[in-house]
Amino acid sequence: MKALVFERNLPRFAASRVASAFGSGRGAGIGPLQLLDADQPGLPGTDWFHLRPLLSGICGSDLATLDGRSSRYFEDMVSFPFVPGHEVVGVLDDGGVDHDGAPLAPGARAVIEPVLGCAPRHIRPLCPQCATGHSGLCGNVAFGALEPGLQTGYCADTGGGWSTAGLAAHASQLHAVPETFSDEDAVVVEPAACAVHAVLSAGIASGDTVAVVGAGTLGLAVVAALHRVTGAVADCTLMVGAKHPHQRDLSDSLGADIVVPPDQLARAVRRHVGSLVLAGRLTNGADVVFDCVGTSESVSQSLAMVRPRGRVVLVGMPGRISIDLAPLWHRELSLVGAYAYGDEGPAPASPDGDPTAIAEPRRTFELAIELVGAAGLGSLVTASYPLERYQEAIAHAGAAGRRGAVKVVFDLRSRKGTTR
Amino acid sequence: MSPRPGFVLEVDRSTPSTLFWHGERFSLERLPEGSRVIYAPEPVDPLKDPVAAIRSALSHPVGDRQPLPSLLRAGMKLTIAFDDISLPLPPMEQPDIRQMVIEQVLDMAAEAGVDDVALIVALALHRRMTEAELRHAIGDRIYDAFAPNGLLTQHDAEDADALVHLGLTDQGEDVEINKRAAESDLLVYVNINLVAMDGGHKSVATGLASYKSLRHHHNPLTMQKSRSFMDQHRSELHSSNWRMGRLIAASGVTVFQIETTLNNDTFPPAFGFLQKREWEWGAKDRLGYLASSKALDRTPARLARQIFHSVKAPHRMTSVQAGEVEAVHALTTQHVWDQQGVEVTGQTDILTMGLPYISPYNVNSILNPILVACLGLGYFFNLYRGKPLVREGGVVIMSHPTPWEFNPVHHPSYIDFFEEVLSETTDPIEVADRFEESFASDPWYIHLYRTGHAYHGVHPFYMWYWCAHALQHLGAVVVVGGDKAAVHRLGFRAASTLSDALEMAEDVVGRSPTLTHLHAPPVLMADVK
Repeated sequence: MKALVFERNLPRFAASRVASAFGSGRGAGIGPLQLLDADQPGLPGTDWFHLRPLLSGICGSDLATLDGRSSRYFEDMVSFPFVPGHEVVGVLDDGGVDHDGAPLAPGARAVIEPVLGCAPRHIRPLCPQCATGHSGLCGNVAFGALEPGLQTGYCADTGGGWSTAGLAAHASQLHAVPETFSDEDAVVVEPAACAVHAVLSAGIASGDTVAVVGAGTLGLAVVAALHRVTGAVADCTLMVGAKHPHQRDLSDSLGADIVVPPDQLARAVRRHVGSLVLAGRLTNGADVVFDCVGTSESVSQSLAMVRPRGRVVLVGMPGRISIDLAPLWHRELSLVGAYAYGDEGPAPASPDGDPTAIAEPRRTFELAIELVGAAGLGSLVTASYPLERYQEAIAHAGAAGRRGAVKVVFDLRSRKGTTR
Repeated sequence: MSPRPGFVLEVDRSTPSTLFWHGERFSLERLPEGSRVIYAPEPVDPLKDPVAAIRSALSHPVGDRQPLPSLLRAGMKLTIAFDDISLPLPPMEQPDIRQMVIEQVLDMAAEAGVDDVALIVALALHRRMTEAELRHAIGDRIYDAFAPNGLLTQHDAEDADALVHLGLTDQGEDVEINKRAAESDLLVYVNINLVAMDGGHKSVATGLASYKSLRHHHNPLTMQKSRSFMDQHRSELHSSNWRMGRLIAASGVTVFQIETTLNNDTFPPAFGFLQKREWEWGAKDRLGYLASSKALDRTPARLARQIFHSVKAPHRMTSVQAGEVEAVHALTTQHVWDQQGVEVTGQTDILTMGLPYISPYNVNSILNPILVACLGLGYFFNLYRGKPLVREGGVVIMSHPTPWEFNPVHHPSYIDFFEEVLSETTDPIEVADRFEESFASDPWYIHLYRTGHAYHGVHPFYMWYWCAHALQHLGAVVVVGGDKAAVHRLGFRAASTLSDALEMAEDVVGRSPTLTHLHAPPVLMADVK
């Protein structure tokens, strides 16, 4: 059995960082990631189960880690060596128990909610965040019964999805996959959950103008979530900045009202709301902007197109960036993060949010599974590779937009790679 | 020796290649045997003493008008309005005609003791001129005498306090014009007539009007009924302006119209080959062509643009007439035809045209894709009287690089029009119905028009409407050497070479088509029998 293992190796790390200057993912062959023989990870407790991955996605945060572009903020929240892969659908060969305590039969498919909060770490009492259903905000991700790791895929104890050896999953992480779902549907549940959490925490109100910067997997999932998860968006105008033609087509099909190239998005927002421009910023811009890219440029662009007292939601993982915060201060903007998942609702995330969106608290993953089914998000999986071709896979993921792809995954089911 | 009239050449085996403009470049193309090439008449002899001619015209007006000196008196309010940056093309060497005419008007006003004098740039919804452009047009002496005192202003079609509604025409058209001009005891209008469309009642009724007024004739239906808008008597654009002009007169506004015409001496001697017939090129012309085309091939587009926009034309005045608007304009139109008219027998299946770097709306700026369309299908296509040069269902082939590039200072709404409107539809009527109002009322465009140097938000619509007659008439439009994405956004077909374009055109008009090339500039008007 094989696994892609990420080791702490500074020379390889430096080499990968240099290579990534020529394109994201270009340093996979010389970086700290290596394909090694691997054994099935041990189970940290009786409430843990083995999951054999079928598909595992390559996420933007994975690429940032491989490229050496991740913020050093995360250094204390990972443990080496780790097997990446937190977007996973797999098989419970020996069965298991799901997050609700329901049994899962041997051979059942499951997706994992990868956050390693208090429950998987056997920490009692739960921290205030976990106790209130916000496990993504757990402050104990470096403590308890496991090595540090904010998620499966960054923890030395659990293994990760980029492996044929399997990974260890805690019951609280497991969600059964509906029978009707393909493996491709299931593997995008995790990014869909990120999108669901982002849109439900954004406080969108009826009639709002909502802009989405970036139309990769996250951006497209946000577009889908805006239409299918929040009740308020029916009266909203949804505008998307998408760089590549296939991204524009997908944005359209997922329900965007206006789709333009990213450099035209601020102009389009200005036209839509009838704003003036002052100091390079819209005097009356979008009510909410989702930044699904996370670069200095995208954050600056988002802050420039949001209205005074508007909200910019960082969905894409940012790193160390440089932006001028004077306009944020002067225009009383909210720049908020949207990380991971947990429980959603029932109260709106802001006073003017839509109170009808979520009537009762529900797991973000449950909502995401419904979203994937309703929106057909499995079609976002456009290329798959066996582990052995990991360098190609990662380079493909790093250039997904340019190469007409959205989500690139490792296919652990067979040795043949496919693209579509 | 008197200048030779226009000429229609039939291409045969011995005919040398024909010069095509291609933006800031040009090329020599071999046209199929049997093709026709229409050449403009040679430049008409200019007035020997233009200042004396101006003074004579002011003192001997035509139509129902007193001589200008007798209309001037102490204590009166006098307004002098004049054409903006869009005329002439290219901008002329100094002294500009406007300067020459206005100096004489001001001299007469001073002699009469008139001290309430204001100058207004009649720019309608065009961009405001810069100080340098104004100084070039009217001269430093006038600029320094008026501008510092706020007596030189640029018409603001969005300043409700500076507009006055004079009423409705019998067709229900709003007539709303510049208040200062309307409330003056005398409005002197100083015009430069480059093409037959210019001048007449259009000077005041358009140049000093508001959007509320302009929208009655700047719309696709009017343009489709103007065949062509260069022929006043078959132009609904002009009919509407004439109705408005007559209402302006009936409202008590006294207009003293001064119109001038230019010869078509368009380019300085270094580019003399551009206005010669190719078979008459001498060694100097061939050398000039080779040197400039080779140099331009190696020059970045931006620099080439700067070079060409620094060119000042050696145009000279060929006539000046003053007095009552309609009487003046009848004379002016005849002078324009004397310089530009070429008799052409029969229409053609394919009309080719090489588009230059400049149009009325991109002086010192970029000829963006919308302006390329307007220059080709608005201006060049409509340079006819009688019938269009190209038959109904025929093809126009335009040569221009058509870069996907815009000047954000001059043409901000053009960028959004290109992205937001033409990506949805290119049908002028649908464009008008669905999008015009939101662009016309966009506060940011209005702000930029009023305070910066931006064309009004609705202006790109007008450029598209200018193409409406051609779009309705033609079977296809092919652009040679253009940016493919930009050309497709315009709804046209893109070809790499003229040969490819001709093959594409044959798919529309059939095998062995007739072909006519419009060898312009210099500007010509085809009188198609």
